Amino acid sequence: MTTSFKPLRTGRPKFDPNSIFWRNMQTFANNRLALFCAFVVLLFVFISIFAPWIAPHDPNETDLFRRLQPPAWKDGGTWAHVLGCDALGRDILSRIIYGSRVSIFIGAAVILVATTIGTLAGLAAGYLRGWVDTVISRVVDILLAFPYLIFAIGLMAMMGPGLGNIILALAYKEWVIPCRVVRGETLATREQEYVEAARALGASDRHIMLKEILPNILSPVVVVSTIRMAHVIILEASLSFLGLGVQPPTASWGAMVADGRAFILESWWVSTFPGVAILLLVLAINVASQGLRDAFDPRFQQ
Amino acid sequence: MTESQSPLLSLDQLSKTYIGRRSLVERLMRVPPTNVQAVNQVSFDIRRGETLGLIGESGCGKSTLGRSILRLHEPSSGKVVYDGQDITGLNPQDMKTMRRRMQIIFQDPYASLNPRRSVVELVGLPLKLHGLAKNDAEVREKVAYIIERVGLKANQMDRYPHQFSGGQRQRIGIARALVSHPEFIVCDEPVSALDVSIQAQIIQLLQELKQEMGLTYLFISHDISVIGYLSDRVAVMYLGDLVELGPVESVLNNPRHPYTQSLMSAAPDVDQPGKRDRVQLTGDLPSPMNPPSGCKFHTRCPVAIDRCKTEVPVIESVGEGHQARCHRLGEQISVLNLSA
Amino acid sequence: MSVIDSDGLLEVRGLRTVFDTRAGRVCAVDGVDVSVRRGECLGVVGESGSGKSVTFASVMGLIKAPGHIDAGDICFDGQNLRQLSVKQMRAIRGRDIAMTMQDALTALNPALTVGEQLAEMMIAHDQSLPRNKRERRRLVEQKSVDILQLVGIPSAKSRLQQYPHEFSGGMRQRIMIAISLASHPRLLIADEPTTALDVTIQAQVLELISDLRAKLGMSVVLITHDLGVVSEHCDRVMVMYAGQVVEEGPTESVIRNPQHPYTRGLLGSIPRISKRGEPIQPIDGQVPDLIDLPAQCRFYSRCQQRSDACLKYIQMTTLSQDRKVRCVLAEETAHD
Repeated sequence: MTTSFKPLRTGRPKFDPNSIFWRNMQTFANNRLALFCAFVVLLFVFISIFAPWIAPHDPNETDLFRRLQPPAWKDGGTWAHVLGCDALGRDILSRIIYGSRVSIFIGAAVILVATTIGTLAGLAAGYLRGWVDTVISRVVDILLAFPYLIFAIGLMAMMGPGLGNIILALAYKEWVIPCRVVRGETLATREQEYVEAARALGASDRHIMLKEILPNILSPVVVVSTIRMAHVIILEASLSFLGLGVQPPTASWGAMVADGRAFILESWWVSTFPGVAILLLVLAINVASQGLRDAFDPRFQQ
Repeated sequence: MTESQSPLLSLDQLSKTYIGRRSLVERLMRVPPTNVQAVNQVSFDIRRGETLGLIGESGCGKSTLGRSILRLHEPSSGKVVYDGQDITGLNPQDMKTMRRRMQIIFQDPYASLNPRRSVVELVGLPLKLHGLAKNDAEVREKVAYIIERVGLKANQMDRYPHQFSGGQRQRIGIARALVSHPEFIVCDEPVSALDVSIQAQIIQLLQELKQEMGLTYLFISHDISVIGYLSDRVAVMYLGDLVELGPVESVLNNPRHPYTQSLMSAAPDVDQPGKRDRVQLTGDLPSPMNPPSGCKFHTRCPVAIDRCKTEVPVIESVGEGHQARCHRLGEQISVLNLSA
Repeated sequence: MSVIDSDGLLEVRGLRTVFDTRAGRVCAVDGVDVSVRRGECLGVVGESGSGKSVTFASVMGLIKAPGHIDAGDICFDGQNLRQLSVKQMRAIRGRDIAMTMQDALTALNPALTVGEQLAEMMIAHDQSLPRNKRERRRLVEQKSVDILQLVGIPSAKSRLQQYPHEFSGGMRQRIMIAISLASHPRLLIADEPTTALDVTIQAQVLELISDLRAKLGMSVVLITHDLGVVSEHCDRVMVMYAGQVVEEGPTESVIRNPQHPYTRGLLGSIPRISKRGEPIQPIDGQVPDLIDLPAQCRFYSRCQQRSDACLKYIQMTTLSQDRKVRCVLAEETAHD
């Protein structure tokens, strides 16, 4: 029991197992499959962070004697190169491990940039309404009218390749997704009485948008962002596949799949393993984020 | 409540019209917007220290009026003069200063508290916004004081709204409105969402706080017994119009407008279950988008005459501080006598 | 135990409905007895959490998981409803016992016209309708028009084609009453029928229910939190608190001469115009948490007259033939 007049810092209460957040987390934890997938995603993140320690070889070390060496369990394979080697004799496993850095970094960076921009734009459109809303909504409509990949290809062609440019090219359009979600949620939330209460107390528009509305719409935004991250990873792989992504020799899953195209019949492992990596990561993110959605989005709760 | 004292708040022909949204096609086709006249040229004064009860049914504009006074909804026309100053023209900075002095308590204790903020954050917000506390320690001290005053415990201040019952949440809302020491409070149906026994607790609390802090209330409700119990004067609204205004004894004992009369007779009364000489209004409240011509009440009025359909009545004095808006005031007509 | 009143239409004995939640077992209704006589209007008064709605949802067999009926008998017209199959129960629900909900907008199906909803109800419960489709449709339509006229909806025939959202709140409540009356039930349970309505409309709807009761000779249970409504429309009243009936009796007797401290407190809490200036007397505190309640008077924590004698299970005391109260003070006077 604290005495009432003892000066205390504005502290949060300690762990409260009945808070909405923890109840949602419990719901999520009860979904075994989603929990497993979340674990897989975390594993990928772990691998990408600690790639230099995990990878058995230098991903860019070429050795033409090992050219198109098959995986270990096939004739001619060695356990030193478990998943075999590519056309330049680079270790595929090591390249996949390093490639995860590109996929996860770009995916996270694009989502971060896009969510930040989209959230701010969506808040402004939904809360301020009027001409701000009209302008933002029209821009969103226009961007939505472009096919995503073609739009990104066009931008990459204009800006030239490079890590920063990929992030920009994808974020250019990606922000409309969180923007639309946030705008819709804001429209509903701004009519809540507590928003009116804050105005009555003399709060500024900025305070209302960032302190009153944003915390209440954050969970759908987080859920949508994780779902979209899988999408962005596929797009990055597509760009790399087309040669518009990260430049060689940096390992990237999309580029690795493209590299193996020429030998797909005789040396299937060159394309297949990075493809499987993409599949696994995207699938895991999708299932985990659906689990998150089921647990956190009130519309999906019973 | 002396006559010489200037009123704390006076409304001069205050109106609020909501302009319907039109699509681009409608605008090109020159379809006129569907306007809703929610508040129609309402004028009255609220004196220092009094409670003015505002009663009416849903859709009559009573909540809109309360919010227009505080400029939570911008008035369309008319003036709100608060303590000698017209606040309708104030710039945002001056209006913010003014907000410290005029506050609102909301109906829904669930919707009016941000679920993600703790009590100390909710109640301490006005202190921070208006720079009324130097640091967090002072915020906590002041919040502790006010929440104890409204009947909560100081050690509950780090809890979140969902950990409280409806009545307790309403107490948090009251603490938030009062922490900046305002003079004027709009109470927008503060007890309508509460159970009877809790309702009485809140009414008692509001009465005590009014005495202690010298508050002035605009008390909005649809419940005539609540209004009758705690108001000094009563204003009755129907479809955006002020139809009757006067001292509570005068209005309740001698209601002059047929609508006030029927409103009073419709309210169920525990003490007089046998008052069967009630008048029943037929039909529903007309849509405010398309209000009736003439006197807006004529479609449901049991004593309407032809004149009511065409001519809008003006508000006239019918006694000491008592005004009503009806064509048949002179005839001393009562709808209650009709069915008897 | 099962002394069935000869004019009892509905007899509930020892009903116990529980909800198993994360936090523990919530005993929403605990040992409730109800009897509704033929043709009478019983008022059930209580605040939120008193169990008044759950009691009658149990009667209707509408309790969903995590809740279930733990104990008790529900006899309707001599038939124990708890022993019926789901199918038999469905036949009784709607045909013999009908229920109207507080919020008519959410209780009506927004995608069907009023006429369709009425027809559905009639076809489901009326076996006497002709088999011939065209003839049946004509008859159902005729009956629908009649019933809408009965509940006072003007130009009933054209309004059959309209959807619920095209009606005002009061009209929707009338439509819901019409739908529940379509099968000529013998018991109408009206759960807060006027809470969402304005006073002038509330008066109309309550008057309508009273009129229809007299015309159709059915029994009505009026669940409400408003003692004013009860005093004007009910023959008998049952006051509930925290899952128990605390007082029961003829309306006038209960309101003029309340025996339970809670009933007295409730009456004292109503602001009255006639008592301006006098302080209002609220009941302090709040309804107890219904999880793991000890065997004691449930009103103990809020009661002004509490004593150690209240710290045991309190029985219902019969004061006179119709008048019952669950309070130690009444037990004592009854023994004297």
